[in-house]
Amino acid sequence: MKKKRLNYNYLLIAPALMISACIILIPGIMTVVYSFTDWNGLSPNVNFIGFRNFIELFHDKIFYKAIQNNLIWTVLFLTIPVCIGMLAAMLLLTRKKTRSIYQVAFLIPYVLAPSVNAMLWMNVIFSPVAGIISVIRKIGFDLGSPLANMKTAIYGCAAVDIWHYWSYLTVIYLAALRQTPTDQVEAARLDGCNGWQLFRYIYLPNIMSTVTLMFVMITIGSFLAFDYVKLMTGGGPAHATEVLGTYAYSFAFGSMKVGKAAAVGLFISFFGLIASFIYTRISKKEEIQ
Amino acid sequence: METRSKKKSIVINIMIHVALLFLAVICLAPIALVLINSFKTNTEIVANPLSLPTILHLENYIGAWETGNFTVGFLNSIKLTGCTVIIVLITSSLAGYVLSGKRIKGSGTILMYFMMAMTVPIQLFLFPLYYAYAKMNLIGNIPATSVILAALYMPLAVFLMRTYFLNVPKELEESARMDGAGTAQVIWHIMRPVVSPGLITVAILVGLQSWNEYLISSTFLQGQKKFTATLGFLAMQGSFGSDMGIMMAAAFILIGPIILFFVCTQRYFVDGMVSGAIKG
Repeated sequence: MKKKRLNYNYLLIAPALMISACIILIPGIMTVVYSFTDWNGLSPNVNFIGFRNFIELFHDKIFYKAIQNNLIWTVLFLTIPVCIGMLAAMLLLTRKKTRSIYQVAFLIPYVLAPSVNAMLWMNVIFSPVAGIISVIRKIGFDLGSPLANMKTAIYGCAAVDIWHYWSYLTVIYLAALRQTPTDQVEAARLDGCNGWQLFRYIYLPNIMSTVTLMFVMITIGSFLAFDYVKLMTGGGPAHATEVLGTYAYSFAFGSMKVGKAAAVGLFISFFGLIASFIYTRISKKEEIQ
Repeated sequence: METRSKKKSIVINIMIHVALLFLAVICLAPIALVLINSFKTNTEIVANPLSLPTILHLENYIGAWETGNFTVGFLNSIKLTGCTVIIVLITSSLAGYVLSGKRIKGSGTILMYFMMAMTVPIQLFLFPLYYAYAKMNLIGNIPATSVILAALYMPLAVFLMRTYFLNVPKELEESARMDGAGTAQVIWHIMRPVVSPGLITVAILVGLQSWNEYLISSTFLQGQKKFTATLGFLAMQGSFGSDMGIMMAAAFILIGPIILFFVCTQRYFVDGMVSGAIKG
């Protein structure tokens, strides 16, 4: 009985590994294989066509549009929520009693389902019939319909996702800020540092690893953007809001080109992989410290 | 001098509160508008979406509940979320126990694998998985779909549980082993009571995530009878989108319980969020 104790541990970790392997690892490997085929998801005959899926993608204007939108998404998310999140976290740091009340209020959009948030904004804000947009038009500023306009639609989608997401960063930053050693803060206060100097020279260096980690996570997340675009515009009008996630999805379930969908999926993963390598390295470094 | 700096600090305090209140209003105003408009008729909303309701039209809620098929939807959502939470709790606590400390060979590799699995895009495995499920006739099968969600949320849960197990004093386990307790007894009698806050945190985080999930559930749960509450709501937008009053009521049927749940569990929720992202 005692000799076999080691085997027990392998048995205990088996369910987790098996589920993960069946759902993520094996289908993931199959995606790599499929990306070199012309499989349509149903027919039994699958032909290997080499790199043709990838070559076709690199000659596809919509594919570049999708990458461009993902890059716009990344830039927007690395600036707006990061700044608002950091500002709110610094402000909350000065509040002791009301902190958790504000935090709960901020987090409510974050805990609601993306599908509910998207519908809520489409009907309450963006709707030209019954939304805030219609109120603004009655006052005399016609903003049109932001989600139907090819130029503004992607920003409309991103705005809702940012509204949903920024408070997550606030909570993370606040938790990191609170770990700053108080004696450093006290010393800087005595030296007459103002708020900005305190942030720039004391708080920011202390939470730098968290800030970097969040940068990596935001970059990964931006290339995975799917929910809000799919829900609000479905990639339209005329592919103006297409991102890689929705483009791959429409290949797999719209035009039944599973091989091509796999190729796009692989491309997304490539970006994700770079970022997750960086992520893994950063967290390993932190664990050693 | 002293009164002057006191005045200054009061002004600063007020400014901070104004800024924070402004952010809170941005977060909550759209939700408040949903609540206000859910009591109005469609014509009242189109006339002025900002006006307060004159009569409380509760029939919007009855209409929304029926057209959204929420009785079926909520039951399906509970089933999907329940299955996911149970699977994640069992697998992640067992794996978290094994991966805390060096109990097996290759635990470093497994941790590395879970770290990668945490950041992998859904599109990397979605398409082959969908057609494999279709072949096995598992599309529309709620427990089978919950296995996918469980695989998705498990890595984070494993890391959370591992941290909780690492915090269990080594002496506790050793002394139990000296008394002749086996692994099963150690986990159930010694570890479980100590890590139960971790289990609650994982259950709340995973529960909320799977309740809200869109990409997997909309792909794998097809057919009205298998719709979750959110999928039923989305289907309404297509067929019933013209009556704003009913749409707003339906939205609030989904929003209300989640806000209530979150306010009750926010301590655990915030703890889980933070320990997932910050080490130490």
